[in-house]
Amino acid sequence: MRRRNIPRITSGSMADVSFILLFFFLMVSSMDSDYGLIRQLPPLADEGSKNEETKVNERNVFIVLINQHDQLQVEGQLMDIRNLRAKTKEFFLNPSNNPNLSDKKEEEIPLFGKVMISKGVVSLQNDRGTSYKTYMMVQNELTGAINEMREEAAKARFAVGYDDLTEEQRDAIGKYIPMNISEAEPRDIGGNK
Amino acid sequence: MMSKFKESRNIKTPDLATSSTSDIVFILLFFFMVTSSMKESMIMVIEKTPEATEVKKLENKSLVSSIHVGVPQPNFQKAFGTMTRIQLNDRFATLEDIRTFIAAERDKLNEVDRNKMTIQLKIDENTKMGVVNDLKQALRQANALKISYSAKKTKAIF
Repeated sequence: MRRRNIPRITSGSMADVSFILLFFFLMVSSMDSDYGLIRQLPPLADEGSKNEETKVNERNVFIVLINQHDQLQVEGQLMDIRNLRAKTKEFFLNPSNNPNLSDKKEEEIPLFGKVMISKGVVSLQNDRGTSYKTYMMVQNELTGAINEMREEAAKARFAVGYDDLTEEQRDAIGKYIPMNISEAEPRDIGGNK
Repeated sequence: MMSKFKESRNIKTPDLATSSTSDIVFILLFFFMVTSSMKESMIMVIEKTPEATEVKKLENKSLVSSIHVGVPQPNFQKAFGTMTRIQLNDRFATLEDIRTFIAAERDKLNEVDRNKMTIQLKIDENTKMGVVNDLKQALRQANALKISYSAKKTKAIF
């Protein structure tokens, strides 16, 4: 039988086609992944529950104010944003049981047993003219302070970093060091002295 | 002698093998398809999100809806001005539209996932907090309480 020549498929243009596809995906897609500070807003307060919220003891409220010039006032004093993280940690941990810093209460927590928990609450208040950038820096520092405390607690109790904990252990840490940042009704918290 | 010269003239440089180019490009293509996400809508505001170190990655993309806040892009400034605006989907909106937007986004999700819905706030860093406070208040009224302040991940902010 006579051998017939099968014509070869020209694959030279294949690269061009796939380049066009590649460029299409490059144009329509964006590389930035979605990172952010995750927060839970409080539900809208009923008229009845408002009075209860204001009963927080003054020493347990860590008041952070930001004015329209992006200046920071913490517990009545002007402060540089760089010192906020250390100050927040000091307020919550209160190692020397200073009566001006946050009070503690004894509570039963799974995996921890009976431990002393800070009653502290951060009250973050801002002006309408505050820039979002400064606000995010403050939020970042407050979150950073809490994350650092959680990391230290995880190292002390479970001997591993917070990221390597199990779900159950994380819940326990979350109860041990709660994220108490309040900014819901700024006028209601710490306003009536 | 003569034949030797003739021989060397006949040697041609071999063609560059191009058949594997398409494979390489396909690998590139798949890489970009996997790592990137589609833009759902055209962004009409300038949104340079602030930088932060303590950010967390948003886990489930299908549960996330975005709200963009910022000054309109230069080509929209003639029609929409230079004041900070809120963009929902692909149009400018007011605070009153937030409630219907949230309701529509919530309807898209399964019944079981509705309370896990996260609102991603992509806010320009030069925005004033007055706008943000109003937006947050509107979200509370719409009962969309899980939010994420979108930020770029960096090592240090100072």
